[in-house]
Amino acid sequence: MAVEHDVVMTRAGEVAERMAVIADTVAGPAADDVDRRGRFPSETLAALKAEGLLAALVPLEFGGGGAGVAEVSQGLVALGKRCASSAMVVAMHHIQVACLVRHGRNDVLRGYLGEVAAHQYLLASATTEVGTGGDVRSSICALEVTDGRFRLEKQAPVISYADEADAVLVTARRTAESPESDQVIVVCRPPGLELEQVGEWNALGFRGTCSTGFVLRATGDARLVLEDPYGDISTQTMLPVAHLLWASVWLGIATDAVELARKFVQAEARRKPGTMPPAALRLADVTVVHQQFIDMVHSSLARFAAADSDGLSSIAFGVGMNALKVSASTLVVDIVRECMLICGLASYRLDTPYSLGRHLRDAMGASLMVNNDRIMANNAQMLLVLRGSE
Amino acid sequence: MTVDETIRQVLAEHARLAVPVESLADDTDLFGAGMTSHASVNVMLALEDAFDFEFSENLLKKSTFESVAAIRAGVLETTGG
Repeated sequence: MAVEHDVVMTRAGEVAERMAVIADTVAGPAADDVDRRGRFPSETLAALKAEGLLAALVPLEFGGGGAGVAEVSQGLVALGKRCASSAMVVAMHHIQVACLVRHGRNDVLRGYLGEVAAHQYLLASATTEVGTGGDVRSSICALEVTDGRFRLEKQAPVISYADEADAVLVTARRTAESPESDQVIVVCRPPGLELEQVGEWNALGFRGTCSTGFVLRATGDARLVLEDPYGDISTQTMLPVAHLLWASVWLGIATDAVELARKFVQAEARRKPGTMPPAALRLADVTVVHQQFIDMVHSSLARFAAADSDGLSSIAFGVGMNALKVSASTLVVDIVRECMLICGLASYRLDTPYSLGRHLRDAMGASLMVNNDRIMANNAQMLLVLRGSE
Repeated sequence: MTVDETIRQVLAEHARLAVPVESLADDTDLFGAGMTSHASVNVMLALEDAFDFEFSENLLKKSTFESVAAIRAGVLETTGG
């Protein structure tokens, strides 16, 4: 598969480092403008594409970077430190790539994976639907397949960065006769993709993700439907990878807040050498929690990497990955709030180097995007049947 | 009641299928017939109550509950029948 001439493919081993450089040199300088105007972080995505980083998870034999989820996670922490909106967009994209890599086996889907790498396609996702009450494991819309081509219309309350994406992975009932829970994922792409925007995205945080609603109409080759049922894709890949990568973005937000708090305390210490700054002990406290956050993300990544397909489908693993999401989304808010207490009014003001306003607003979104209450309800259900001590 | 009758009765009460239980073949995919993962949990709990046993950890996976035949195999493995 030929790579477009202006793309220099970054390979496994260098992915996290290159993402960190782009975070510092491109995403960081643009972050305030992206946030203020609620616009797509185009320059960051262009920089990532130029280095082949949107295909980091695509295997080498399909022209991708051949990196693993752990390496992308590390890159997302770096990106999340500088611009959480950019990092969320990139995380959501990689989640879709992971689903394609692990569950798209036919020749058409394999060919498409090669195109994703060669052209650095950006993939979006449409799992929620108007009328299902936020339950992504049931669909109202259905595929109609005739003569090897599918047709689909979906009322999507949210498709993040849809206008910038090269394809949308959409959940739908397998056929018009299928029950709501019998779902598949299909790759919807131009020219067979039509998006009609519904409403605006003017939110407290993650403003650059441009998460507006759409009516999506699509047609295409029926072989663009992933073979595995959505239930399996969700359990084995979409859910764990989403929770791992989102947690990485949120860890980035928390890490930047802790670094700013540390700089603040050190500046205080320099002003009065020999006197312990009043917030120093609080900094030590928040550093303990931050370390817990880091270790939790690392151990969850290791658990994911070590799991075989039975392991990925196990109840204990599902409960663990859900716990990661709930815990990470709670810790990020706790940490940013503690760091605000450390930096005081300098963090509350919007015009100081210690401003944490954007961090706080972004962090608050973490527990709402796939609401923690819904995740806890799923865990409550799974815990009714969990056996053993895992 | 036979094992099969008990399984079908549990499915009728808890699987919330889109089709009548009588229409299910031995190997009909229950998830394809509309059983959600939430409903499958209730099926499992009701089976444990009906047979007065606990499924072992290795049987607590989607494939154990994917058809009448699969459930029967799981039940027989657990009861040693």
